[in-house]
Amino acid sequence: MVPLSYYLVLSGILFACGVTGFLIRRNIITIFMSIELMLNGVNLSFVAFAAHWHALSGQVFVFFVMVVAAAEAAVGLAIIIAVYRTRETLNVDRVNLLKL
Amino acid sequence: MLHLVLFLIFGAICVAGAVNLLAQRHPINSALSLIVVMGSLAVEYLLLGAEFVAAVQVIIYAGAIMVLFVFVIMLLNAGEEELTNGSRVALLLGIPGMLVSSVLVAWVLLAHSGTEAVPAGALPGPPKIIGWLLFHDFLLPFEVTSVLILIAIMGAVVLASPPESVQQSKKEG
Repeated sequence: MVPLSYYLVLSGILFACGVTGFLIRRNIITIFMSIELMLNGVNLSFVAFAAHWHALSGQVFVFFVMVVAAAEAAVGLAIIIAVYRTRETLNVDRVNLLKL
Repeated sequence: MLHLVLFLIFGAICVAGAVNLLAQRHPINSALSLIVVMGSLAVEYLLLGAEFVAAVQVIIYAGAIMVLFVFVIMLLNAGEEELTNGSRVALLLGIPGMLVSSVLVAWVLLAHSGTEAVPAGALPGPPKIIGWLLFHDFLLPFEVTSVLILIAIMGAVVLASPPESVQQSKKEG
């Protein structure tokens, strides 16, 4: 028997690590991975609440979150490739102009 | 008791992987530690009885999405990230603020844990029931996600294909 709060604390730690990485890292790929980490943290709390309230809908929502994350990864990585092609850099501090 | 021990072991691996993701300077190391996080999260899902979610986690997240990440890292030949100046205000305010808020959140969550405990494996999530829910209660969202994925595929192809000037010069040359 694991208390629900343990799962929530773990999910909170993962989400906080994701937010920290999003804010402190400079490499655009690592920033993107931090976003995936945040989504994983949220998924864990979804599954924990699903088990706690005996509602399987929570697990179906995790499925939808994963689908959206996959679509987001495909589009986001394509954008990263396009940015790299025009700027020749992955550092977000060097991508500071909207125009080419 | 066994469940608690397993939860603690894989939770520790999970947190260690997440911290390693932040600490590493090279993106490929961050990607590999993210795979560790996702793998140990799959074990946590199994402890909660969510077999389907655990399998999907390994196949889609640790498999498909991370392979995409590793491919892009190799494709762009990403090296170690260069350091640029950070904000001093963020250091002075951010770290104490983060510590205070995390202690507060953990204290609130743990103070109200009390008797409520998640019985491990009490709610089995077999693919059969999940599939039934997906095609009855969540049929509309399911169909909408198929449209979303179609749009994502087209967007990725359009964005990642080389600009027209490059294509034309290739045809001429």
